Parts: sequence; C-alpha cells; structure tokens
Amino acid sequence: MSPHRHAAPSGNPLRNPLDQRLPRVAGPCGIVLFGVTGDLSRKKVMPAIYDLANRGLLPPGFGLVGFARRDWEDQDFAQIVHDSVREHARTPFREEVWRQLAEGIRFVAGDIADPEAYLRLKGVVEELDASRGTGGNHAFYLSIPPGLFPPVLEHLKTSGLAEDRPDAWRRVVIEKPFGHDLASAEELNRIVDDVFVPGSVFRIDHYLGKETVQNILAVRFANTMFEPLWNSNYVDNVQITMAEDIGIGGRAGYYDGIGAARDVIQNHLLQLLALTAMEEPLSFAADDVRIEKEKALRAVVLPRELGKHTSRGQYANGWQGGIPVLGYLEEEGIDPQSATETYAAIRVDVDNRRWAGVPFYLRTGKRLGRRVTEVAVVFKRAPHLPFAKTAVQELSNNALVFRIQPDEGITVRFGSKVPNTTSVQVRDVTMDFEYGESFVDSSPEAYERLILDVLLGDPPLFPRHQEVELGWEILDPVLDYWAAHGQPDQYVSGGWGPQSSYEMVARDGRTWRRP
Amino acid sequence: MIRLDNTSGGAVAAAIAAERHRMGSAATGMVLSLLILSDEEYQADATAAAVNAARQHPMRIVTLIPRPSRNEPRLDAEIAVGGDDGPGEVAVLRLRGQLAEHANSVAIPLLLADTPVVAFWPAEGPDVPSEDPIGRHAQRRITDCATADDIVRELARRKEGYRPGDTDLAWTRLTPWRSALASVLDRPAGAMSGATVSAEEANPSALLLVSWLSHSLRVPVELVASDGPGITEARLSTGEGDIVVSRSNGSTALLSRPGIPDSRIALPRRDLAALLSEELRRLDPDEVYGDVITHLELP
Ligand SMILES: NC(=O)c1ccc[n+]([C@@H]2O[C@H](COP(=O)([O-])OP(=O)(O)OC[C@H]3O[C@@H](n4cnc5c(N)ncnc54)[C@H](OP(=O)(O)O)[C@@H]3O)[C@@H](O)[C@H]2O)c1
Repeated sequence: MSPHRHAAPSGNPLRNPLDQRLPRVAGPCGIVLFGVTGDLSRKKVMPAIYDLANRGLLPPGFGLVGFARRDWEDQDFAQIVHDSVREHARTPFREEVWRQLAEGIRFVAGDIADPEAYLRLKGVVEELDASRGTGGNHAFYLSIPPGLFPPVLEHLKTSGLAEDRPDAWRRVVIEKPFGHDLASAEELNRIVDDVFVPGSVFRIDHYLGKETVQNILAVRFANTMFEPLWNSNYVDNVQITMAEDIGIGGRAGYYDGIGAARDVIQNHLLQLLALTAMEEPLSFAADDVRIEKEKALRAVVLPRELGKHTSRGQYANGWQGGIPVLGYLEEEGIDPQSATETYAAIRVDVDNRRWAGVPFYLRTGKRLGRRVTEVAVVFKRAPHLPFAKTAVQELSNNALVFRIQPDEGITVRFGSKVPNTTSVQVRDVTMDFEYGESFVDSSPEAYERLILDVLLGDPPLFPRHQEVELGWEILDPVLDYWAAHGQPDQYVSGGWGPQSSYEMVARDGRTWRRP
Repeated sequence: MIRLDNTSGGAVAAAIAAERHRMGSAATGMVLSLLILSDEEYQADATAAAVNAARQHPMRIVTLIPRPSRNEPRLDAEIAVGGDDGPGEVAVLRLRGQLAEHANSVAIPLLLADTPVVAFWPAEGPDVPSEDPIGRHAQRRITDCATADDIVRELARRKEGYRPGDTDLAWTRLTPWRSALASVLDRPAGAMSGATVSAEEANPSALLLVSWLSHSLRVPVELVASDGPGITEARLSTGEGDIVVSRSNGSTALLSRPGIPDSRIALPRRDLAALLSEELRRLDPDEVYGDVITHLELP
C-alpha cells in the first residue's frame, strides 16, 4: 500500500479514507435516554438504536442507559427495550445483535428533580466507561416534555455530567417544539447553551433526516438540468405542503394551544423552504450549508396584509375516506371554544434577486385529503404557444415535485402530444422517479440517520439555534395577527382546507395543486 | 417464467420489453445490468442471489450458461420480469453448440442503455477478468476465489490478472471482520507489535485479512490453522496486552481488550445475496482491495 494512503484522519490505522466498504461506525460511546416510557422513545428512538446495531454501525461495547421514575432493575428496562424493538424496529430481529446490545443496557431510577438521581446516573456512566469501554463519550437524549428541559439540564450541569473533556464528548439531543414563539425559543436556547457548547447541541427535526429531503440538495446541486431554471425567470410559484389525513388523535394536551403553524410551519416547512430556495453552499460541511439556509431564511418576508395572504382553519366533523370523524372542537380534551388552528397556510416571499416576485405558499393541516408531504416548484407557462388555443387547453404549468412522503421520489409534469389525434393536441403528462425503485431498502429511518450523526458528531442535518429563532421571527407576526382576529374557519374533514385558503391563492391569480 | 427456444439476444430483449409493457410498467429505475457467467452447477444459486439483491439494486440479470457441444449452435432462454420475486428482470440463457464461445454476442443486445454493467463469475473466473469478452463490458468484475479447488492458485491468478474494477467475494466476506477490527481501534490502543489470524484451512478471506492487516498496521501478521468455520480469531498484540476478536460459532464474536471486561459483537456469516448487494453498492474501483490483492504474499 502506498504510504500516502495511510493518512487516516482518526489516527486509526485500519480506517482508510479510500475504503468504500467500511461503514462510518460511531466511536466508543453511549446514550443516556430520558423519557424511556414515552411514545417517542418506544416507537422511534429505541428501535432506531437497535437498527443501527443490526447494521453494524454501533461501536462494540455501546452503552444505553435509561432514566425514569420507575422502580426498575436493568433487566426490566432491557425488557422494555426488547419489546419496543420487537414491535417497531425496521430490520429483522436477530438474537446475536440483541445480546450485543443488551449487555450494555443499564437503568437509573429517579425523579427528574432529584439531584441524588444524577449522582447515581454519573456512577452508572462511569461504570460503563470502565466495563464497556465507552470512553467517557455520552449523548443525553431528552425525550421528555420541553417543560422538563430546564431542571434536567440544570442537574446535568451541577452533577458534572455535562462536562466535555478534551478526550471525551458530552452531547445533548432535544426534540421539537423548540419554544412556542421567539421569546420562549431564545430562553430555551439560552438554557441549553449555558450547559452545552453549541456544537454539542443536536436539535432533532426528523424531517431533515429523511433521504428525500437531503435529495433536494443532491438534485439541485449535482445536476445541470434544473438549476438554470431555479429562479424567478422560470418559476411561477412554490408550494410546500405537509398534509395529514388523521386528526389530533390522543395528543390533545400537546396540540391545543400549539396548532398547525407552530407544530409544522415553523420548523419543517421553513426548513424545506430554505433547502429549496438557498444558494449553492461552498461545501456540504455543516457550517456551509447552515450559512446558506440562514441567508434564505433571513430573506423571507411576510405579506403586508396578513389577513389576505394567510388562512387558518379547524376541521369540522364529517366523513373522511369513508369513515365518520369528529370535528376538532368535539375531540376529547379540547376546549369547545379553542382558537387553535389545525390548518395553516401562509404566503411568504424570499426577498432576493433569485426569487423576487415568486410567492412561496406553505400549508399544513390535519384531516386533509390524504397524507402527503411535498415541495412543488411550479414553472411559468411558455411565453408563446404556437398551437391552436384548443390544442393546449389541457396543458397547465410545468412542475417539478419533490415527494417527501409517502411514495418518496420526484415527479416532473410537462406537456406532450396526445397520440392518435389528427390535429396536434397537447396534454399534461407526468414522469415519475420513484426513490424506492432505484434505491430499494437502502432507506433507513430518519431517526437512525440522525442518531448515528449525533454519535459521529456530524451536525449538517440539525438546525442550529439561529435557524430556530429565524423561524419564529418569521412566524410570530402571523401568530399575533391570528390571535387578534377571532376564530379559525371551519373546513370539511377529508378535503384540502378552508375556503379562505383557496381565496388566498386566487388573489394572486394562482391555484393550489391537488397533492 | 417465459421460455423462448432457439432464439436470439435481440428477441430476448424484445420479449422482456413486451412483458414489461403487458404488465403496465415501464422499465424505469433499473440501475445496472448484471452479467453472470456460470456453468449449470452454480447458475441457479447465483441467479437466485442476484434476484434477491435486485430488491436493493433494481437490475437486469442476464445469466449466461455455456453448453458447448458438437450440435448446432442454439440459444434457449427463460425470462421473468418483476413480480413477487422483486423488481428485477431476469434472463437465463443457455448457449449451445459453438455459441458457447460467443456469449458476448448474446449479451450485447441485452445490456440496458447507458447504465453500468457488472460481470460476475460465481465459480471459476477468467485469468484476466477485464480482458475477457464479457468482462470487457463491465466496470465492475466480481470473482469468487472460495469456490476454487486450489485457493492459493486461484488467489495467485487474481493477483496476476488484477485490474482496477476487479473484486472478489472472498474480500467482500471480510467486511464485517474489518469493520469490527477498525471499530475496536477507534479506541486508542497501545503500539502494535504483531497480529495473528486464525482460520480454517484453505480460506482465501483469511489470507486477504492477513494482507490487509499487515499493510495497514505495518506489523508482522501470522496465519494459524483452526477448525473454523471460516475465520475464527483475529488477535492484535499491543504494548498494553492483546486485543482479541474471536468467533467460534460463525455468528457472534467475543471481544477481549486489556483492562475492559469482554463484550460481544454480532459477526454473522452472510449469504450470497447479501454479498452481492454489498458488491453492487459502489461501482467504482475498490482501491483498498487492489492494494491488498496486489501485495498479497502467498504461501
Ligand atoms: N411522539 C412524537 O412523535 C414526537 C414527535 C416530535 C417531538 N416529540 C417530542 O419528544 C418529546 C417526548 O415526546 P413523547 O411523545 O414521547 O411524550 P410522552 O409520550 O408524553 O412521554 C414523555 C416522557 O417523559 C416522562 N415524563 C413526563 N413528565 C415527567 C416528570 N415530571 N418526571 C419524569 N419524567 C417525566 C414520561 O415518563 P412517565 O412515564 O414517568 O410519565 C415519558 O417517558 C417531547 O419533547 C415531544 O414534544 C415527540
């Protein structure tokens, strides 16, 4: 082997940058999980940890510590993990992988407010370093209500658990919501940044872990075909949609008072907007991508007359896909006077040379026609059509659609001649690239990807606090306006939103795509 | 499964397209063409593994089975498209009579336009895969030393005939071992003084592991015979003591490190479909394999 090939950046002689086969495996480390009895832990986090182990991406001797107010032994917690893995893991259950993982499972019983519990936790973490070789590297995953972050962070700090050493890292993982407005987000960021350095804080926006979201950047910047059209000369408008067909389910406590805009637009949709609108980053290094995303978000402006360019609604009772459903105000646990919106749509503009005059429509809602998330770039019509008017009646705008979920992929819509007509007749056709068709099976769950990135310390997929705050800066005026203007409109369950949402785009001479 | 007797390469391609059309799906999303060159003994397993791997890498699989004889040249084909077996397309072709020497002419019309070609010899491969008439189409050429009677001779052929773009499944089988060992050394260990690999006899992967370790660690590496299955142990001697990964059951290994209690590593042996899937993940030359095979020291 030629000597220059030995430049292994990690100093590990067996890691060769040219090696195509060795996966990026997390170095020695462990995860401390708070909120192990919660929904998120059981359905997403613990199964993803197993899936990573199954794919050989966790280090030998990996440690998993659970923390909860339960009178459990290690084995009891292991049983919880086992059940959650059995039920929710993506990859098949393999006894040998489970045994490898189970050896590193520990449990600490305690109350979040009890300083003693953190000293016990510290003891367990140190025991893992000694018995499993986790090397002092630990990520604290806070899968708990955000109201509990301050006491947990406080105790992590005072107990010394949060302390970075030059040869060992400590990281913290937090879940959305990152506040409910700018002021609360800043407060939360202050608390977190007081305990962990910014590079050690991983905010999970699981959308950003989806392969298809990352594919927006690949499609835009790895090809020549699209980027020349990616501006106001060719683009008429951009529509970013995240629709759910379900209602709030059992999450009344979480949802009421929060609403669709805070839950989805502030984070997911604005992130999608940033990826769609941003300029080419210098590189795909975390900081370079973040700089461009931030620039795009900084350029976002709201319309002057918010009443005309936004829409919000609450689902009314009705039928959805053949099943009778309750209206939002009738759901259990919801105040019948609630002004929380379950549908929100806003127009924003990206005030820079590339996008001047191109409206970006963001919409999200519950109990809509079907479950779909997509980014649709709708192009202008051809400036001149050398066909008879009747020939192009069925032709609409060309469009490029990133389908984020389900049926991940890309759709291109363009006009084509209808076969077997005596005169030329043009009609819309779509060309589909199905992500799962070319890359079947290879698509890991977003949480696998994100947890591995946390352990590798690779942050490009995690929003920094600046982005979170920018999101609130954009959204806060809309929320204030809505708060001062009465109730949301009612909309029929199973449709595509309130009448006001149609009017809002019609005012601009546009229509929503039916996703 | 559709049978076409006494047919031609072009007619097989047309039949696949017609079948696609009949099923109402266009042949989109295929990422590569895989040419398998095999005798009757190995063709069924190799084709089945490829069909399985096509779930991850949708592809057209063309299995070419030379059946030399004094009879008239004749091509018989069986094709299958999509369906329950996965998204791939499969053509199993028997090349009879003199046609057995002209597999290339059958393969050309069956290659998908503008997509990579991979060649796979599940049993004995050519001396120089890249110069073989079939191998010449392929940017990635896969052989499998483990099927040879004399694996030392076979490894020598692979070494002699190596060109960038060649790989061998004996190398692919090592990935979990290599990954485990690399992970172990993510934790800084003391200065390395030597290493030992134990494996059942005539295991080509073990010889490649020895070569990889000695070139990466720059220490003498010894090969010791064991009862298997496959590779059973890799031992790295450091100033602080030995780091040992040992696997006696072919599925779970025990990791022993100085100063740390033992722990387990899942290290299962994988089937042919899993190996092929790994092989097809990257189609550019595997330079690390290139270094390992060209520097291989044979007993
Ligand atoms: N579920 C999702 O899909 C989802 C999606 C995005 C973000 N999130 C965020 O992820 C976090 C967890 O969500 P979740 O849905 O898993 O919530 P959850 O089901 O309500 O679980 C919350 C967890 O926190 C623990 N907890 C609550 N109050 C506690 C207290 N006073 N002391 C100690 N432990 C306490 C609970 O333990 P006990 O069993 O002891 O009460 C439980 O394990 C939240 O921040 C949420 O906003 C969730």
